[in-house]
Amino acid sequence: MYALLSSIPYWGQTILRLLGGSVAVLLPAGTIVYLFLFKMMSFMQSRLGPMEAGPYGSMQLFAEVGKWLQKEDLMPERADKFVFKIAPLVVLSSTFLLVVVVPFGPDAWITNFEAGVFYALAVSSVSVLGILMAGWSSANKYSLLGGLRAAGQLIAYELPMILAVVGVVIQAGSMNLQNIVVAQNAGSIFGWDGVGNPYLLTQFIGFIIFMIAVQAELTQTPFDMPIAESELVSGYMTEYSGFRFLIFFIGEFATAGVFAFIASVLFLGGWGVPFSWFGWTGINDVDNWMNVGGPLIMLTKMLGLVFIIMWVRFSYPRFREDQLQRFAWKILIPVSLVNIVATSVLKVAF
Amino acid sequence: MTLIGDRQQLAYIASQAADARVNVELETEGMTLNIGPQHPATHGTLRIIARLDGEQVLWAEPSCGYMHRGYEKLTEVRTFPQVTALVNRIDWLGSFANEVPFILAAEQLMEIEAPPRAQWIRTILFELSRIANVSLFLGDLGVQLGAITPVFFAFRDREYVLNLIEGATGGRFHPNFDRIGGLKDDLPAGWVDETRAVMKKMRKFCDEIENLLFGNEIFESRTRGIGVIPRDVALQYGMSGANLRASGVDWDLRRDQSLPMAWDKVDWKVWTHLDGDSYARCWVRLQETRESTLIVERLLDTLPSGPVMTKVPRIIKVPEGEAWVSTENPLGEMGYYVVSKGDLGPFRVKIRSASFNNISIVPWLLKGVYVPDIITILASLYFILGDIDR
Repeated sequence: MYALLSSIPYWGQTILRLLGGSVAVLLPAGTIVYLFLFKMMSFMQSRLGPMEAGPYGSMQLFAEVGKWLQKEDLMPERADKFVFKIAPLVVLSSTFLLVVVVPFGPDAWITNFEAGVFYALAVSSVSVLGILMAGWSSANKYSLLGGLRAAGQLIAYELPMILAVVGVVIQAGSMNLQNIVVAQNAGSIFGWDGVGNPYLLTQFIGFIIFMIAVQAELTQTPFDMPIAESELVSGYMTEYSGFRFLIFFIGEFATAGVFAFIASVLFLGGWGVPFSWFGWTGINDVDNWMNVGGPLIMLTKMLGLVFIIMWVRFSYPRFREDQLQRFAWKILIPVSLVNIVATSVLKVAF
Repeated sequence: MTLIGDRQQLAYIASQAADARVNVELETEGMTLNIGPQHPATHGTLRIIARLDGEQVLWAEPSCGYMHRGYEKLTEVRTFPQVTALVNRIDWLGSFANEVPFILAAEQLMEIEAPPRAQWIRTILFELSRIANVSLFLGDLGVQLGAITPVFFAFRDREYVLNLIEGATGGRFHPNFDRIGGLKDDLPAGWVDETRAVMKKMRKFCDEIENLLFGNEIFESRTRGIGVIPRDVALQYGMSGANLRASGVDWDLRRDQSLPMAWDKVDWKVWTHLDGDSYARCWVRLQETRESTLIVERLLDTLPSGPVMTKVPRIIKVPEGEAWVSTENPLGEMGYYVVSKGDLGPFRVKIRSASFNNISIVPWLLKGVYVPDIITILASLYFILGDIDR
């Protein structure tokens, strides 16, 4: 254990982790955009999706990126230039910061620290700043409305998300994401350890609330009022085009992927398989091949969760802003508070 | 003035001052939002000027005319047979239905009537254009509410109906198939059986949309109780069509007037709803689409044989006179007031299109709603820009 990493010098580890982090952000973004946006969505809507660029349209993403990169860098005359320019980067940086704490295998992590859950929930709200900046600096009324809606919505849904995760933290007894993975895979449900203890089963309410909050946090339908293309043209992104829009676009789908990573770590057992299958008892028994297999397992779980996110996105209509707030404050937060109490009582009782 | 009076006055002034202070504190600067002329939700070039307080609309006003094409004036320099090519561009989604009232008005002036088979086929094509029109509305409804999938189903299934219209008339969108005294051609071979199959498909499409949208809690929460038009207000604003029937007025020109068309030859039902909200308007349209498929099937069952054209002179001169004919078009009441001076073309034509009257209620309806509801209300009122601006 840890033999693989400790034999590499520190600078080598850093480069590996930086590369790994970029891949961890860009790969899911690419797969989601291609698999779900271009193909799954097309099949749901009884059409073929892209078929021309490359075999079966497989190079479509590169074609799109190439198109955006070639476009003129347009900016509204009365825009707050500096804020307008850095807003997409702030949104994207939130995604990169978020992926830092996600463990992809026993050693395949970028950083591994105790307050991982706390950190992840904290940096995920940085994107609100970027969105608000974009909405404000565009000098456009639609953008402003979109930005304000986004701020209200993301703040409202931060709370149920945190409260949903508290249940997991209580059950695992740790805020370290790596420990949460191990606790799920080495654990047992009332003495039965056939599948470990994925918190999907024991924290089902928490999982549902978390996924709803993720949907809102990602501003996907039914919570896509900040973008609301039929009302606000494109919300806070209205004035963005070319590569700045590309950054928003990547940010949107990469964040979907990274949130799915975090959800799979918190509720589906992360990179691990139930340890009892291989006779492992703790992380020190885990074989080194999990550093390769783990990321693939994570990717599978991520795609499963993203499928749910996109499925909801492509089949539901949109809430109204006040209905969304009512839903968060009157339903999600009370339910998640009850969930925390129940989890704590059961944790003490058993 | 007594002491008590003074006290009352002081209390009044104090309360006024307190109110004023509160108002100053809470008053926010309004914002004028121009929705349109280029905006994804106005499907065309309708402009809505809305004064907003936050997300709430203080007042809103539709501003139309961005796509005015002057059809009323253009008809004056066309001959009677040429006019149909113009008027089927008014409501471009249900274009065959636009030709019918004009042709009926001309026939009324010439005191001729199309043979029964032509009347039947006219009615069938009329209902097909209603299905094509309203099925797109049902899909577009989802887009306006943020659900992007229904519109693809709508476009897929509308294509079957457009193929039928193309098969019979030769034009997908602008058939220009009606002639004074009948129709250009008879139906092609095999058309009747194909139509029956497509009608089954369209009923399946209606079920699909009903499952996808009308049973959805979010859809209900976005449309129920939103944009309520009471019965008397709907009548005052001259609304027509499904918008009027959704407010509980049982009024359908297909049933309520006798025209040389085939609607009164078969059984069918006029759907009404008592709520008058956005949901009711959408629901009535959904039911009407189903009913139209049934009308088409029943008309096909009783399709008479015979010629499709009555005897008319080669050069059509319409005798002097005035005629008003209106029919229940996909969007509502559409009528033509035709004045003829005995020339080749009409002297004057006044077109009463449904959407223009239907959106006149917008300032009344949008007062006090939220910005997202503007879109649902406009979508549920269902207008076609060509029908507003002519």
